[in-house]
Amino acid sequence: MIRIDGVSHRIGKAPILHDITTHLPEGRLTALIGPNGAGKSTLLRLIGRLEPLQQGRVSVAGRDIAATPTEDLARVMAILGQQTSIASRLRLSELVGFGRWPHHRGRPTAHDHARVAEALEAFALTPMADRFLDEVSGGQAQRAHIAMAFAQDTDWLLLDEPLNNLDMAHARALMGRLRDLVDRQGRSVGLVVHEINYAAAWADHVIAMKDGRIVAEGSANEVLTEDVLSDLYDAPIAVASHQGRPLVLHHV
Amino acid sequence: MDKRGLSILLALAACLLLCAGLWMFQGLGGGNRGFILSLRASKLAALVVVAFAIGVSTVLFQTVAANRVLTPSIMGFDALYVLLQTLLVASLGTAGFASLPPGPKFMAEIALMTAMASLLFGVLLLKGSRDLPRMILTGVILGVLFRALSSFVGRILDPNAYAVVQSVSFASFNKVQPGLLPFAAAITALACLAAWRLAPRLDVLALGRDPAVSLGLRHRGTVLQVLALIAVLVSVSTALVGPVSFFGLIVAGLAHGLMRSTRHAALLPAAALSGAILLVGGQWLFERVLDQGATLSVVVEFAGGLFFLYLLLRGHIR
Repeated sequence: MIRIDGVSHRIGKAPILHDITTHLPEGRLTALIGPNGAGKSTLLRLIGRLEPLQQGRVSVAGRDIAATPTEDLARVMAILGQQTSIASRLRLSELVGFGRWPHHRGRPTAHDHARVAEALEAFALTPMADRFLDEVSGGQAQRAHIAMAFAQDTDWLLLDEPLNNLDMAHARALMGRLRDLVDRQGRSVGLVVHEINYAAAWADHVIAMKDGRIVAEGSANEVLTEDVLSDLYDAPIAVASHQGRPLVLHHV
Repeated sequence: MDKRGLSILLALAACLLLCAGLWMFQGLGGGNRGFILSLRASKLAALVVVAFAIGVSTVLFQTVAANRVLTPSIMGFDALYVLLQTLLVASLGTAGFASLPPGPKFMAEIALMTAMASLLFGVLLLKGSRDLPRMILTGVILGVLFRALSSFVGRILDPNAYAVVQSVSFASFNKVQPGLLPFAAAITALACLAAWRLAPRLDVLALGRDPAVSLGLRHRGTVLQVLALIAVLVSVSTALVGPVSFFGLIVAGLAHGLMRSTRHAALLPAAALSGAILLVGGQWLFERVLDQGATLSVVVEFAGGLFFLYLLLRGHIR
């Protein structure tokens, strides 16, 4: 379980998060939703220690992130921030290979190579494994980054808007793969999503945020209701039902 | 490292040996061979030390800055050194400056440079790492500030003292003080070894801050360590031959082009070796074949400047 206890955060003078206390349940797929500027990414980045904690405590699987050596955390959780371009010219296979770094610290073994090949295969990247990152499309590069986090082989996987740049088929395939990680391998996944129907269809647990506060949390059926969503996005939103899960009609 | 990389490194090493052999034994004549050989040997050692220091420090700097166009000197590292020298001359006077024992003075300078550069550029790179253009501009402006301060202090010096300042402000591969060599060589060897041991971490650092932190790299600590190494290496090379702006750029560009890899275990030795080949081979060419008809430092800067423009036009500015 990821436990977040009294976390507040400011960037400059602007308050981003107000005294957040919540948790991401273990063995579940948790989606963070909310309008732009709600603080979802900041919260995820704080959990993943990409930003230093200013106030409050975060613990991942019982380890306080402020007190645990970062090397050890890297074997417990992998976090993928929103993409920025990488300055060095890397092949896709090299990028995904870095996912194994927390385990081998520079001396890859046969096991590491096998896990990299597996990750490339899982994200349909094997045919272009030798291409350079700047020679593939944005969606393919995005998949390579996700494959790197996947190759890190951690109990926790945190992804900030992983569906960016992905077409429908690849977005659905990614969600299916994450579901599979949770159901078959007992891993835990936390992700920020903007397209709310991916949360509706695939997430076990939904945390809705607005203006740096948590507005609602619970199962998809509990959180993704007309009342909560209309209030969350300040716009009337209708919610239907499809195969027992909410279907958000936000586009009509 | 793959086979191709290893064979290129071996070829570079062989090429360097060849250049060194030419330098040492070509046109030896029948005079006082012992004297000539020892003179040549100390100059050879100086050239190799400078090449290693510049090559390794530039590759390190480009990795920390995540930019293939920057070099420590563009960011004002060696302007800081010249400023330090100017201040020393101004405060101690020419006689005082000249009577400083070269060994301890050298070590103290390096310690001071390392502390100042780590502080200045550490703050810049760590705070501004998410805003690259601002970081580069600040670095360039700091460099201008250091140069302006040096020339201001230079103006209020008396002409004799100013001549001393001038002599340390321009690059020359001919003026190496043999007394400094053992210190310089030892420090450079240690720093290069430290850089090489950091190589796997540098590979991760090159991915950028977020991925590096996610992979469990101690980002801040590693950046500071690398900056300290850069400061040490730049001070050594500047103390030996003076500031060289663009040489590092050529060498780092060569290393990337030759190795076609992002592994620092391959890039660092490639940069060091190709730098040494260029300096030793170039100095031999200019001193013996062209009979001092041209100055290596000028040609190196000219070629480096052209290479810089080429990189800019190719759109490598990131």
